[in-house]
Amino acid sequence: MDERSNVSFFRQSIERLGFVVVRSVEETGYIFRLLYEALEWLALGKQRKQPVRLSSIFNEAMQIGIQAIPIIGILCFSVGIMLAIQGIETLKTFGAEGQVVLGIALSVTREFSPLIVSILVAGRSGSAIAARVGTMLEAQEIDALRVIGINPVRYLVAPILLAMLVCLPCLVILGDAAGLFGGAIYTKIALNLPLNVYFDRTFDVLSIDDVMQGLIKSFVFALIIALVGLANGFQVQGGAEGVGRATTRAVVMSISLIVIADMVFTYFLNR
Amino acid sequence: MSDSAEKIPVVEVESLVTHYGARQILNGVSLKIYQGEIIVIMGGSGSGKSTLLRHLLGLHKPTSGSIRLLGKDITKISDQELFELRKHMGVAFQGGALFGSMTVGENVMLPLKEHTELDEQTMQIMTRLKLEVVNLAGFEDLMPSELSGGMIKRAALARAVVMDPKLLFFDEPSAGLDPVAAVELDELILKLRSALNMTIVVVTHELDSAFKIADRITVLDHGDILMTDTVDNVRHSDNQRIQSLLNRMPRDSAVDADEYLRRLTGFN
Repeated sequence: MDERSNVSFFRQSIERLGFVVVRSVEETGYIFRLLYEALEWLALGKQRKQPVRLSSIFNEAMQIGIQAIPIIGILCFSVGIMLAIQGIETLKTFGAEGQVVLGIALSVTREFSPLIVSILVAGRSGSAIAARVGTMLEAQEIDALRVIGINPVRYLVAPILLAMLVCLPCLVILGDAAGLFGGAIYTKIALNLPLNVYFDRTFDVLSIDDVMQGLIKSFVFALIIALVGLANGFQVQGGAEGVGRATTRAVVMSISLIVIADMVFTYFLNR
Repeated sequence: MSDSAEKIPVVEVESLVTHYGARQILNGVSLKIYQGEIIVIMGGSGSGKSTLLRHLLGLHKPTSGSIRLLGKDITKISDQELFELRKHMGVAFQGGALFGSMTVGENVMLPLKEHTELDEQTMQIMTRLKLEVVNLAGFEDLMPSELSGGMIKRAALARAVVMDPKLLFFDEPSAGLDPVAAVELDELILKLRSALNMTIVVVTHELDSAFKIADRITVLDHGDILMTDTVDNVRHSDNQRIQSLLNRMPRDSAVDADEYLRRLTGFN
């Protein structure tokens, strides 16, 4: 009896593993198809006389980008202060607290600003995208688009994707500035280092490559947030509960993918 | 239908077989709908009528069979051709499916914006005209969430007919409405046909509404068409299943005791 239940447990685990693998492959394929079709519509929409509307791109950019500015300013400013506190504390042991400027400059531009901004946008807009698409699907609004002759990829996916690709790097630059400013304020208070000296030193140590590293990452993160949110939204099943599930899944999945992608990129960009 | 030979078929469905997952929903359905008629597709829950409608709208690809709308086989034509065809089709969904982020007016105007190059003012006039037809004049600046159930259906109807389509599909017009609103909507459908000479396909399970508006009724049951005929002929049909649908009798009146026990206990 024991042996039999062991065998059936083993079989169930294999079955479950197979199911997960098939589902992941299917989903990855779906995400890349969304990307391909969205790019196709962006490129060929005009030619097909069904352009991706500028007004809807601006609408999305407003929600994804402009409205996120205050919160991103506050968060990155706080991160800058936090880095300054930790940096000064740690470097004090070596009597090198003056080097904190270098530490803040590099870690904010290369790592913290892209990561914090992307995680915030994933929580703010990734969830909103999944919820909105899911609700539209459940209310037959996607069907309505299709029967009117409006391709949902052209009407929903392409504007969101483009707006995300434009907004996220801009937000990262804003995050860079806010983070560096936060660091400057704390360094001024703790070490009495004047702001102009702080920024002179910051621009001495910062190279274009450091900022570019953050920006390259943010393009990838933008793709992740938009496509994961959209794909989860389009796969909603089962009413309000399904929309809730898809929203949660979109956020968890995009934040996980962002952190993993960040690790991979940091490894390759620093070789 | 002796005179059907002279009439122009607008919808021709031939041996349509569809699956949902592994389950077969439609078992080779054939149906012809002629220019200018109102046909009601009737059937109980799970009869396959919604599936048939979704295929007529080109939202799914069937397993086999063909669907010709206005002479074009939508199972075979290109996306571009289907896009052109959609200009001549209007659809009013069961829940309205108005876009929640747009006002009623913007909803109705959307097909015009996508398919025509008219100037804003002309589009607004056409929108108001259609809202007038469905008795929603003056409501164009409201959001769909501010409308009642009956108003949402009428707004959806206005959006469906704003391009003056040749073919109008209406899913469950009277479901969820109070009797007065339901009757008003039936009147509206009749009015639209006589004013614009549309071919109208209505999917419903409401008998009163079906008898009132239909020229012909198609009865669907478990994925098969039982009959397609005039209202009177359907009413007087001696088919057992049609009669039980018309007289609202439960489907399985005879209970098999053993089978019942098996279902309850879950033992096979």
